[in-house]
Amino acid sequence: MAFNFDQELDCSGLACPMPILKTKKAVDALQVGQVLKMVATDPGSLPDVQAWTAKTGQELVGHEEDGGKFTFFIKRIK
Amino acid sequence: MAQRMAIISTHGSLDAAYPPLILATAAIAMDMEAAIFFTFYGLEIVKKGNADKLQVSPIANPAMPQPVPGISVPNIIGVLPGMTAVATSMMNGWMKKANVAKLSELLEMATESGVRLIACQMSMDVMGIKKEDLIDGIEVAGAAAFIEFASDDAIALSF
Repeated sequence: MAFNFDQELDCSGLACPMPILKTKKAVDALQVGQVLKMVATDPGSLPDVQAWTAKTGQELVGHEEDGGKFTFFIKRIK
Repeated sequence: MAQRMAIISTHGSLDAAYPPLILATAAIAMDMEAAIFFTFYGLEIVKKGNADKLQVSPIANPAMPQPVPGISVPNIIGVLPGMTAVATSMMNGWMKKANVAKLSELLEMATESGVRLIACQMSMDVMGIKKEDLIDGIEVAGAAAFIEFASDDAIALSF
């Protein structure tokens, strides 16, 4: 599944909590309506990104997993 | 839903320093406010230039993983001179391998992102620690300051 995105963030190799801290910064830098593509290798990143979007009210448009690489598309909606 | 995280940090060992900093920075990333109250040995975490020098104790720590998998080292070995340094260097090696951020980096992110770092005045007096011994940006206050923060819809945690 491919999604359009406006910015990219590579969190490969980073452990908790870094992917979430960097995602927060990157999403804050987007305009409302724009999408961030974030890549992480932390196996805990899926539940963490889901929790982060649920708590902050941003939208996880989609995610995919490919051999230990997790790709997230997060839309800034507020 | 709680919108604040209020953390008390009382221990100055490497393993005890991570949870407060990880949780406080993550709370900020989740649009909450966060404060850490450093008291007694917790003050070691916020002494200038000290975060990356914290150690992990092998003594009375049966959960410490064995240096060589499958070979059990009796816990009493931990009392030998130099064993704290050995355990610390092992732990730092594992942390690095797992790409865990250094404590100094987490502390910097905490300061940058607006975590309130509060040093306990009473502990400072007891232990002879001055404000200039502590990192920039830390507040010095007492229990009431922490309670005032925590009393407003906070998750409160102690480490």
